[in-house]
Amino acid sequence: MNNNNQHIIIADKLTKKFGDFTAVDAISFTVDKGEIFGFLGANGAGKTTAIRILCGLIHPTSGHGSVASYDVHTQSEKIKQTIGYMSQKFTLYEDLTVTENMRFFGGIYGMDRKRIREKTDLILHELNLHDRANALVKTLPLGWKQKLAFSVAILHEPPIVFLDEPTGGVDPVTRREFWEMIYRASHNGTTIFVTTHYMDEAEYCNRVSIMVDGRIEALDTPAGLREKFGAADMNEVFLSLARKAKRTE
Amino acid sequence: MVYSVIVNDVIKTYPSGKKDKVTGLDQISFQVEKGELFGLIGPDGAGKTSLFRIMVTLLLADSGSVIVEGTDVVKDYMKIRSISGYMPGKFSLYQDLSVEENLSFFATVFNTTIQENYELIRDIYVQLEPFKTRKAGALSGGMKQKLALCCALVHRPEVLFLDEPTTGVDAVSRVEFWDMLKKLKSEGITILVSTAYMDEASRCDNIALINNGKILAKDTPAGISKSFGETLWAIKHPDMYGLLNQLRRSSMIHAAYPSGEYHHLTLQDHKTMDELMKELSVQGFQESFCKEIEPNVEDVFMKKMK
Repeated sequence: MNNNNQHIIIADKLTKKFGDFTAVDAISFTVDKGEIFGFLGANGAGKTTAIRILCGLIHPTSGHGSVASYDVHTQSEKIKQTIGYMSQKFTLYEDLTVTENMRFFGGIYGMDRKRIREKTDLILHELNLHDRANALVKTLPLGWKQKLAFSVAILHEPPIVFLDEPTGGVDPVTRREFWEMIYRASHNGTTIFVTTHYMDEAEYCNRVSIMVDGRIEALDTPAGLREKFGAADMNEVFLSLARKAKRTE
Repeated sequence: MVYSVIVNDVIKTYPSGKKDKVTGLDQISFQVEKGELFGLIGPDGAGKTSLFRIMVTLLLADSGSVIVEGTDVVKDYMKIRSISGYMPGKFSLYQDLSVEENLSFFATVFNTTIQENYELIRDIYVQLEPFKTRKAGALSGGMKQKLALCCALVHRPEVLFLDEPTTGVDAVSRVEFWDMLKKLKSEGITILVSTAYMDEASRCDNIALINNGKILAKDTPAGISKSFGETLWAIKHPDMYGLLNQLRRSSMIHAAYPSGEYHHLTLQDHKTMDELMKELSVQGFQESFCKEIEPNVEDVFMKKMK
């Protein structure tokens, strides 16, 4: 996992300024292929801006970076076509059925009809959703929506998927089913880049970074971070770092 | 026992597209003591918001009753409105009024002034004062939350209803918010708060777990934890996904599920952890590490969901 060719994300002093304000301040890190990487920070720490750079939505002011070997300055369109993305807010089209959503997103990512059909069958089977294939997404319980949204985000088999607070508000059973899906995707070689406000969820990650005031203040395995900060859990680690923040949202 | 809030057998249904109705709240009953910090814990869609809206007189139940400070929420709703403070889950202040204008608006509506009850909100309001001329819509999430709390408190209510005040708020602000509630409790205000973050349960005196419109359990956080009733184990191995699949295949396991750094598991009757560890060893998981642990609110919640 430490081979350079295995780095699916490389960030080298990535910086984003908005006028006088430095939202992201020279962050450097790498993410390995197949890794579950937790990206934490208090509100206003610069997480969202950093993710927007890595997803090819905005260009950095300075610094270098690549995602799936595409350059964040010059190949942002390639990045957008390659990655998968899911957030708590934007998931699926509520007024389309389960299969229509899959056809739509499969089409957007350039998959042919045959492959979309095959993947749709597979996902319906995995989620035990065959009975609801033609149901409008808005009629599904929240937990199923979130699991379906994740499946759709990795429909085109992206090498990396960005998950922005994927489990907000779901019940604890669904939350665990969701993390099992993440484990499985990671086991199959998909890299998972995930943000969460649930500090216990940070413990599922292989490594975790914590942003404070635009900078990455800590990056290690959860066990490594607990040891370094003499903390019982990730919540304590996070609080001891995030409380040092000088800027508010 | 003096109760501040008594909820008795509340049922609420909603019409659905088809003939049959959807049950939003199914025979909900609980009591909240005066001066207590009471938590309603459950995921989105459990019925928390419907229940809050019934308690603050904004929604009528199909049947059942709610008594707040000795007053019926249906018969005497105007009185309830003057003695309760309500912070809805959705930010509901006037976005184009300033911080100060919002607060004085709510004070005026309740026939009081900011000065009259300033002591109660001072600790929270001082954090907002640097921005008092800023429009509420332009505040950060954490600041909006603090302003909404001030507006719900400005008439010194006897009971405070807070519907998911910490949703979407980061871990630092969440801790600060619960510290604020602790202070308000010491002022003698009864507080009902709902949350989907199960780790916040420990900050409450009593909690009710709610799912699909039903109360699954109600007790102190420690009592809830004890009600698990089985020995709970935590286990880990460098290959967590492989370990989980192996546990699922074992006939010794009653339940096994991921839980952060560890997987949690319970054993079938008459099986021991020694036996399981031996089996895991044979299957190539000899590096597994296990320990007995106290069940948390999520463990209990999942067990009761079945």
